[in-house]
Amino acid sequence: MGYPHKPHERETTVLSKYFGDREAATLDGWKKRGGYKALQTALGMAPGDIVNIVKDSGLRGRGGAGFPTGVKWSFMKPGDGKPHYLCCNADESEPGTFKDREIMRWTPHALIEGCAIGSYAIGAETCYIYIRGEFTEPIARVESALKECYAAGVLGKNAMGTGKTVNIYVHRGAGAYICGEETALMNSIEGRRGNPRIKPPFPAVSGVFAEPTTINNVETLAAVPHILNNGAAWYKQWMRPDNPKSTGTKLYSVCGNIQKPGNYEVPMGFPFKDFLYDLCGGPLPGRKFRAIIPGGISVPIQTVDEAEASLMDYEGFVAQGTMLGSGGVIVIDDAQNLVKQIARAARFFAHESCAQCTQCREGTAWTTKILERIVAGEGTSEDLDTLLEIGENMTGKTICVLSDSCATPVASGIKKFRGDFEALIKKKKHYLVPAVA
Amino acid sequence: MTAPKPSTPEYFRSEIRRESGDLHSPAHAAHGEAGHGHEPYTPVFTAGSARRKELDDILSRYPTKMAALLPALWIVQHERGWVSEDGMAEVAELLELTPAYVKGVVTFYTMYHQHPVGRHFIQVCTTSPCNVCGAEDVVDAFLKHTNCQELGLTSPDGKYTVIEVECLGACGFATPIMINEDFVESVTPEKVPEILSELE
Repeated sequence: MGYPHKPHERETTVLSKYFGDREAATLDGWKKRGGYKALQTALGMAPGDIVNIVKDSGLRGRGGAGFPTGVKWSFMKPGDGKPHYLCCNADESEPGTFKDREIMRWTPHALIEGCAIGSYAIGAETCYIYIRGEFTEPIARVESALKECYAAGVLGKNAMGTGKTVNIYVHRGAGAYICGEETALMNSIEGRRGNPRIKPPFPAVSGVFAEPTTINNVETLAAVPHILNNGAAWYKQWMRPDNPKSTGTKLYSVCGNIQKPGNYEVPMGFPFKDFLYDLCGGPLPGRKFRAIIPGGISVPIQTVDEAEASLMDYEGFVAQGTMLGSGGVIVIDDAQNLVKQIARAARFFAHESCAQCTQCREGTAWTTKILERIVAGEGTSEDLDTLLEIGENMTGKTICVLSDSCATPVASGIKKFRGDFEALIKKKKHYLVPAVA
Repeated sequence: MTAPKPSTPEYFRSEIRRESGDLHSPAHAAHGEAGHGHEPYTPVFTAGSARRKELDDILSRYPTKMAALLPALWIVQHERGWVSEDGMAEVAELLELTPAYVKGVVTFYTMYHQHPVGRHFIQVCTTSPCNVCGAEDVVDAFLKHTNCQELGLTSPDGKYTVIEVECLGACGFATPIMINEDFVESVTPEKVPEILSELE
């Protein structure tokens, strides 16, 4: 199966195996495809053993930070007498990323099974799946899958007939990028404005409702049933021999100026050059790639040379000056005004800043203003230095990393494509950047 | 009908406001619900109603009442098409919050409408990944064919409101748009008249 394209022969489809298969979204269909076996096994195991298997598999967070999942789970102290919570981060709002959307649309039960196993492993009886408000279809799919699960006794007070309680609820967001930040997400579940919280205390100590909480991305949790079914060694077959730190398969969302946009699943360490030209079909006819952002708009921009030299895993992208992030590959070709797109990215962050930290509130707004001035042909020669200076003040100084995320594409853009900026300042070309509602 | 400007901030519940006549200044009455001849606000969550049951079910999922705030506001918007001051006040009372607190939350999240919008609320994604695929031309096409004067305004026939939105999370299907609760993927300016013709 495949969606919107048939899987390429070089793809390794674990999570995306049933994309495009409508029947896989139903409980019966999912069970026929081997679903809920892992949950049945898990509920008969000691929670600590599940955590150890996940730790051993090397699974790392797929939402952007790449923190080892098993280690995160082990921070939850069993038997502390407090209610524990699992939050699933389905607020996928990083521009360029749309993998969780497809997981929820086609295989909602994969996510639910992962959530149930995760909840049991960390001693939580309640799990909230926080889905961004715009994802109306994924919300409907997950909610109807949950309804089936409760009706069939897969979830609830006697989950799978084991006497264990596992409750999973959908919490719908309402349009705020920042709610993908873990502490902002928790505030949003609590019915507050989505302002990120100061850490520490970390969520494992005081998370949602001030109780111990673990938060995982959709793709991370959806991988857990496969690991339990097949074992940690099976999951570790996908890694570079010289880099055991990144294991398993990863879903990449590809968008922008490229022949075949869509979701692709490849093993860790896959060559990015082959990925771009072979799997995704390369640039549009008569065009050339100009710049690549491999992990969602928050990560540093790559030149084509850097991208072609990259290996697709956490360390591979770092070695080429960027990050794996959430796996949202944005491709920009030579027909685009790169500075305008960087200005548009800055505008995104200015719009989405929660405005509680000064560096971010002021920094994102001024960065946007200056960039749009340059795009409009009214930039001055000092503007680039001013942008870099503002960016420095926006990095590492705020409660969350939204501020850093705004500074990153700007700073890397100026560093790697300075000529584009200078040409605009020199030529005073006029481009229009429209306002955002 | 043009979209009214967001109403003057006010934190009083409708009953209180009606009782104190001096708050009914003409300027005040020109906006929002108060503009329609001071019709009393009909609560969404009347006792025994399906919506009230839905809210009770939601409340059972969380250890605090406040956590039901976002879902409750969604219900109000679903029922009324927007979240009015009176709607906020009703939710505040049910969840034991202050109207000012509820308003603080409503204004944080961009998807709650604080004033009425057209029957078809059209959101076009123009963030970088869609922008490089020509999303701005899609916006222009919508503005032209809906007769909306500018972004955020409602068309004179009350049918459409068009806005730009930040990343809809469907970047590989550029340009995605949302019409009320529905997604339309891979929209190009040429497809806009056909999409609009399928709307009532």
